[in-house]
Amino acid sequence: MELCDIIKPENLVYKKPELMNDNPMHYCPGCSHGVIHKLIAEVIEEMGMKEKTIGVSPVGCAVFAYNYLDIDWQEAAHGRAPAIATAIKRLNPGKMVFTYQGDGDLAAIGTAETIHAANRGENIVIVFVNNAIYGMTGGQMAPTTLEGMATSTTPYGRDIALNGHPLKISNLLAQLEGTGLVTRQSVQNPAAVRKAKKMLRKAFENSMMGKGTSVVEFVSTCSSGWKMTPAQSNKWMEENMFPAYPLGDLKNVD
Amino acid sequence: MAKIKGAVVVDQERCKGCDLCVVACPTDVLELHPREVNNKGYHYAYMKNPDDCIGCSSCGMVCPDGCLTIYKVKL
Ligand SMILES: Cc1ncc(C[n+]2csc(CCOP(=O)(O)OP(=O)(O)O)c2C)c(N)n1
Ligand code: SF4
Ligand code: SF4
Repeated sequence: MELCDIIKPENLVYKKPELMNDNPMHYCPGCSHGVIHKLIAEVIEEMGMKEKTIGVSPVGCAVFAYNYLDIDWQEAAHGRAPAIATAIKRLNPGKMVFTYQGDGDLAAIGTAETIHAANRGENIVIVFVNNAIYGMTGGQMAPTTLEGMATSTTPYGRDIALNGHPLKISNLLAQLEGTGLVTRQSVQNPAAVRKAKKMLRKAFENSMMGKGTSVVEFVSTCSSGWKMTPAQSNKWMEENMFPAYPLGDLKNVD
Repeated sequence: MAKIKGAVVVDQERCKGCDLCVVACPTDVLELHPREVNNKGYHYAYMKNPDDCIGCSSCGMVCPDGCLTIYKVKL
């Protein structure tokens, strides 16, 4: 059988989601951000919510997220996405509202906004991309940087005595009464992608059912910041990030 | 036993040559082109062993840039 006999519309099994437009993404090769963008697009499409979804993009590598997914977006100042999302959701309770935040955005400069939005139980989804580094600004140490991990501001590795411990902020958010779902996922292989998509969908559904704040953490890679190839980064993530940030649900209230 | 055959179409201009699809493929179908590059200068992915493709979509799911479209037939 020739390839041209297989490549026909009726045999299509996978393509880039329609909500993701053809603008070339500025992310580095192999960056987890792209796969997470695709999952968000697929879930919104499958829920039939593309006209009703508002995303809040952060400061960080995902600052241009609004260029890639054809939904409504609002840009927030660094770390302030959960506060903006709170206002959007309260004024438009029929809309599906989510923030998209890196670890620097969510767990450093935006810690207060994140914790208080979750504590108030705002009916929003927080997509949290934890690549253990400040990607956009050149790979500086983030609150989530692992012990001993070399970054541009900790060239000899993160020193606990000097820099404190890696911040497991999702565990903290799971303690709050305002959160209904807090889950930690990843996207390094097809099985992980499928699982992550299922939980992301649940998070979006919960936000529309008034079940409080949903947090979906993606343990991710930043090949440029980590100075590895994308495939090496995935392996390094499995070996080093997963023990510190184990995957699974931290809280899943039905 | 029904045989399954798949095919992958790569958007070669969108591809950033990250290699993640190559690693994800269970049947070693894909490869980064050893010589050719796209307009951005990346060695893009292509089907090196098209006969082995089973249309499982593993490559498509892990591609961060949405470059892959996958087709499948049962023979
Ligand atoms: C108020 C303010 N302070 C600092 C910065 C500089 N800045 C831009 S991105 C960034 C860190 C982003 O890191 P992270 O949230 O982990 O996202 P990533 O880039 O890794 O995806 C910082 C500190 C800024 N833009 N605005
Ligand atoms: S710097 Fe890191 S997080 Fe930012 S696009 Fe590149 S790989 Fe992704
Ligand atoms: S995963 Fe996508 S961007 Fe990376 S090499 Fe394959 S087709 Fe290209």
